Amino acid sequence: MAMLTVASLRKTYTTDRGGVRAVQGVSFTVEDGRFYTLLGPSGCGKTTTLRCIAGLERPEGGTIQLDDEVLSGDGRFVPPYDRDLGMVFQSYAIWPHMNVFDNVAFPLRVGRARATSAEVRKRVEEALALVGLEGLEDRPAPQLSGGQQQRLALARALVRKPRLLLLDEPLSNLDAKLRERMRIELRELQRRLGITTVYVTHDQGEALFLSHRVAVMHDGGIVQEGTPREIYRDPSTGFAADFVGNATFLAGDVVEDGIAALGGRVRCSMPKDLRPGEKGLLVLRPENVVVRGAPERRPNEFGGKLEIAAFLGDHLDCIVAVGDTLVRARAHPSVQLRRGQDVWVEFPVEHCVAMRDDGWRPRALQRSFGEDEE
Amino acid sequence: MATAARGASFALPALPRSGVVIPAMAATFLLLLTVLPLSMLILGSLQVEGREGLTLANYANVYSDPRTYRLLSNSFLYAVGTAVLALSLGTALAYIVERTNVPFRRAFFAVTLVPLIVPGIVSTIAWVYLASGKIGVINKAFMALLGLTDPPFEIYSLLGMIWAEGLHLSPLVFLVMVGAMRAMDPSLEEAAVTSGARPLRTLRTVTLPILMPALASGALIMFIRGLESFEVPALIGIPARVPVFTSEIYEALRRYPQDYGSAGSLGVGLLAISAVGVWWYGRLTRRAERFATITGKGYRPRTIELGSWRWPALAFLVLYLLIVVVMPFLVLLFVSLLPFYIPSLDMFQRLTLKNYVTVLEHPDTLLAARNSLLLAVSTATIAMALTAVIAWIVVRTRLPGRRILDLLAFLPIGIPGLVLAVALIFELISFPIPIYGTLIILVVAYVTRYMPYGMRTNSAAMLQLHHELEEAAAASGASWATTFRKIVVPLLWPSLVAGWIYVFVVSVRELSSSVLLVSHDSIVVSFVIFDLQVSGQSNAVAALSVLLVLSLVVVVGLTQRVSSRIGVKGG
Ligand SMILES: Nc1ncnc2c1ncn2[C@@H]1O[C@H](COP(=O)(O)OP(=O)(O)O)[C@@H](O)[C@H]1O
Ligand SMILES: [Mg+2]
Repeated sequence: MAMLTVASLRKTYTTDRGGVRAVQGVSFTVEDGRFYTLLGPSGCGKTTTLRCIAGLERPEGGTIQLDDEVLSGDGRFVPPYDRDLGMVFQSYAIWPHMNVFDNVAFPLRVGRARATSAEVRKRVEEALALVGLEGLEDRPAPQLSGGQQQRLALARALVRKPRLLLLDEPLSNLDAKLRERMRIELRELQRRLGITTVYVTHDQGEALFLSHRVAVMHDGGIVQEGTPREIYRDPSTGFAADFVGNATFLAGDVVEDGIAALGGRVRCSMPKDLRPGEKGLLVLRPENVVVRGAPERRPNEFGGKLEIAAFLGDHLDCIVAVGDTLVRARAHPSVQLRRGQDVWVEFPVEHCVAMRDDGWRPRALQRSFGEDEE
Repeated sequence: MATAARGASFALPALPRSGVVIPAMAATFLLLLTVLPLSMLILGSLQVEGREGLTLANYANVYSDPRTYRLLSNSFLYAVGTAVLALSLGTALAYIVERTNVPFRRAFFAVTLVPLIVPGIVSTIAWVYLASGKIGVINKAFMALLGLTDPPFEIYSLLGMIWAEGLHLSPLVFLVMVGAMRAMDPSLEEAAVTSGARPLRTLRTVTLPILMPALASGALIMFIRGLESFEVPALIGIPARVPVFTSEIYEALRRYPQDYGSAGSLGVGLLAISAVGVWWYGRLTRRAERFATITGKGYRPRTIELGSWRWPALAFLVLYLLIVVVMPFLVLLFVSLLPFYIPSLDMFQRLTLKNYVTVLEHPDTLLAARNSLLLAVSTATIAMALTAVIAWIVVRTRLPGRRILDLLAFLPIGIPGLVLAVALIFELISFPIPIYGTLIILVVAYVTRYMPYGMRTNSAAMLQLHHELEEAAAASGASWATTFRKIVVPLLWPSLVAGWIYVFVVSVRELSSSVLLVSHDSIVVSFVIFDLQVSGQSNAVAALSVLLVLSLVVVVGLTQRVSSRIGVKGG
C-alpha cells in the first residue's frame, strides 16, 4: 500500500546566470499500485520533480507525502537514504567496480534492516530472475550490454521491495527494437508487482503505452493530467495536443455551431464557456481525418490538393493543402491517391471538439529535432 | 567519446606527401629528444675517463658502496612520504571544495591555483625561513608563546623535507582529483544514496573505489615527482645530511674533479626506479579510463550538506591557505625588506627597500629575466606545436608506429631533470656541437621535459573533437595543412592556450636541468635564486623571489584574460 502525494512542489536552481525555475507548483497524486508518467519536452522539469521525490534535491516549497509520512515539506526533509524507494537513472548508474551480484545486493546490505547473507542471496536471485538476468551474478558490471545494464538497474531498484519505484527515462539509451521490447516487459512487471511507480519520459508513445495516468508537463508545471486516452483524445491545451501525437490545428473565431476556418465554417461541439466572437481552436488527429478522391457532399468536407502521400506500410501518411492550411491525414494503405491530385478531406463532426485558443501552434520540425536530443 | 576517438582513415590517402613527411619529421624529433640522450647516458655510465671500451666499473664502484643504499632508502622514504602527504591533502581539499557546500568554495578554487605557479625553489626557501630550527619564524613564535626552550620544528630533517615537498605538490593533486571527481557520473553516488546508503558509507563503498584508479595513479606521479625533485634535497637535504639520489648526482658533478661515472650510474639507477613507476602509472590510467563514466549533463552534482561541519571544513581550507600560500609569501616579503635577517619583531623597525634596489640594479638579474622569458616563451611554443602534431598523429591516424610516438612523447615524465641534464652533457661530450652553455641546450632540455604535459593536453582535447569535423573540411577540398590550420587549431585553441600557459610557468620554474646546463651567459632566474641562496645572500634571494612570484601571477593572469577573449568557447 503506497500512495504518493505531491503538492505545490517548487524547485529553483541557482546557477551562474541566475535562478532557473525548474519546477513551479507541481501537484499530483499517484494511487497505490499505479503507473504514473510525467511526460514533457526536454527541460520542462520532469527529472527535477522525480529527484525531489527521491530526496536528491531539496525543494524550496510544497510537500511530498508517501501514505501518511511527510517526506518533504512542513519543515521536514527525510534524506534519500531513509526513503523507502528504488530508482533507475537515465545513465543506469551501474557501479563499475562491482559485479552483477554485488550491484543488486547493495541495497540489502546498506539499508536500515540488514538481511542475512542467505537471505541476500535469495532475494538477489529473485530480483535477477524478475528481469531475466539469471546466471549472470558473477559477471563484472562493465561487461554487460546496454540492455542488460538497464535490467540490472531495474533489479537493483526492486530488490528491496520498496514502496515506490522511480524511473528517469530508463529506455532512452536503448536502440529502437530493444526499447520496444523493454517497454512491454516493464509494463508487465509493474502490473504484476503492483508497485507504485513514477516514470519520466519525453516519448509520448512510451507514456501512452505504459501508464495508468499521464501528466503532461510544460515549463515547470503540469498542463494536463489524465488517462492516456483522455490525454490523447481530449487535450485541454494546444501544447498538450501538439506534444501528445500529431495534429492539425485549425484556429478561428467562434461562430454558431463551429469556428470560422478554411474559408468557411467547420462544425464542431464547443465547451460551454466558449462564446461566439471568441477565439477557438480545433485540434484534429490525422486518423480522424478522412481523405477521398471524390467529394461526397458531407458536413465538414473541404476540397484541397494532395501535397504528400507517403506509404508507411500500415497506413498512408497524407498532407493536404486546403487553401494555405496544411491538413495531416492518415488513409488506408490500399487507397489509390497520387501526389498533386485534387482530394477532399472530411472532419467527422463527432471527432470535432473545439477549445479556447491559447495561442500555441505546432512546431512540427522543431519538435522532431527536439526529440533526438535526450 | 568512443566514436570520436576512432582514427580517421582519410588522413593518409588525402595527403600523399605530408602524410609521410610530417609524421616522419615528428618521429625523428622525438627520437633525438628522448632516445638519443638516454642512450648517451647509458653509454656514458659505462665508460671510465682515460680508459678504452665499455666497463661496469662505475656501477661496481657506486653500488658496492653502502652509502648508496642509504641514498636509496632516503630517496624512497622521502618520495613515499611526499606522495602520501600531497595525496591526502590534495584529495581532502578536492573533496571538500568540489563535493560539499563549504562556504566560499569558489574563491578557494581561484586561490589554490596560486601555489601551482610558485617555483619549488621559492617555496623551499620560504620553508627554511619558516621552520628552520635555528632561524625559523614559526619556531621562534612557538618558543616565545609557549615558553619552549627547544624549537618544536626542524625543517633540516627527512620529515622537514617531506613536509616542504608534499605541501608544494599538493595543489597538483588537488587539480587532478577535482578532474577525477568531475569525470565521475554523479548518479553512481545517487544510486547508492537512494539504495539506502548513508553519506559516509556511500563515500566508502562507491566514491572512493571509483576514484581508486585516479588516486593510485596520482600517488605514483607524486612518488615520481618526489624522486626527481631537486630543490628540497639540495637546499634542505644537503645541509641536513639526508642525501638522496638527486642531491648526490648534483654533488658528484660539483666536486672537483667532476665524477661523471658516479653521476651517470646513479642517474641510470634513478631512471630505472622512476621508469617502473611510469610503467605502472600507464597501466593504472588505462584502468581509470575504463572506469570513467561520462555524464550526459554538465551540471555539478548536488553537494553534500555538511551541516554544522561546514565551519570545521572551512577552517581546514583557511589553515591550508595560510600554510601553503600566505605564510611562505609573507615570510619572504619580510626577509626581503630587511637589511639582514634576524627572526625578531624588532626588525619591523628597520624595513628597507634596499634589497630590491640591489637586485634590480644587478646586471645578472636583467640578463636572467630576459633569458627566462625567452626560454619560457620558446619552450611553450615549441612544445605545444610539436605535441599538437604528434597528438594528431596518435589520435587520428592509423599509422603503424603511432603508439611508439605516444610512448616516446610521454617517456620524459620519468626522466628526472637532473638526469636529463647529465645525459645531455654526455651527449655534448660525444658530439661536439658547440651549444653547451647556450640557451639552445636549455630549450632542448625544457622541451624534452615538458613535452608530456603538452601531449596530455593536446591528445585529451583531440579526443573530444569529432573526427568528422576534419573529414568535413577534407570533403570540402581543404588540404591537410589547411584543415589543421583552419579547423584543428581553432577548435583546440582553448586547450592549446591552457597548455601553453602551463608549460610557460613550469619553464620559468625549471631548476633541476638548468642547474647543470647554464653558463654565465645563459643564467636563468631560478638558477640565480638558487645560487644566491647557496652563497648565503638571503635578503637578495627573498627580494628576487617576491619579484618572481608577483610577475608570474601577473603574467598568468593577463594571459588568461587575453586568451579568454580571443579563444573559441567550448571544446
Ligand atoms: N543541477 C542543475 N543546475 C542548474 N539548472 C538545472 C539543473 N538541473 C536541471 N536544471 C535546469 O532546470 C530545468 C529542468 O530540468 P530537468 O528537470 O532536468 O528537465 P527534464 O528532465 O524535463 O528534461 C532545465 O531548464 C534545466 O536546464
Ligand atoms: Mg530529464
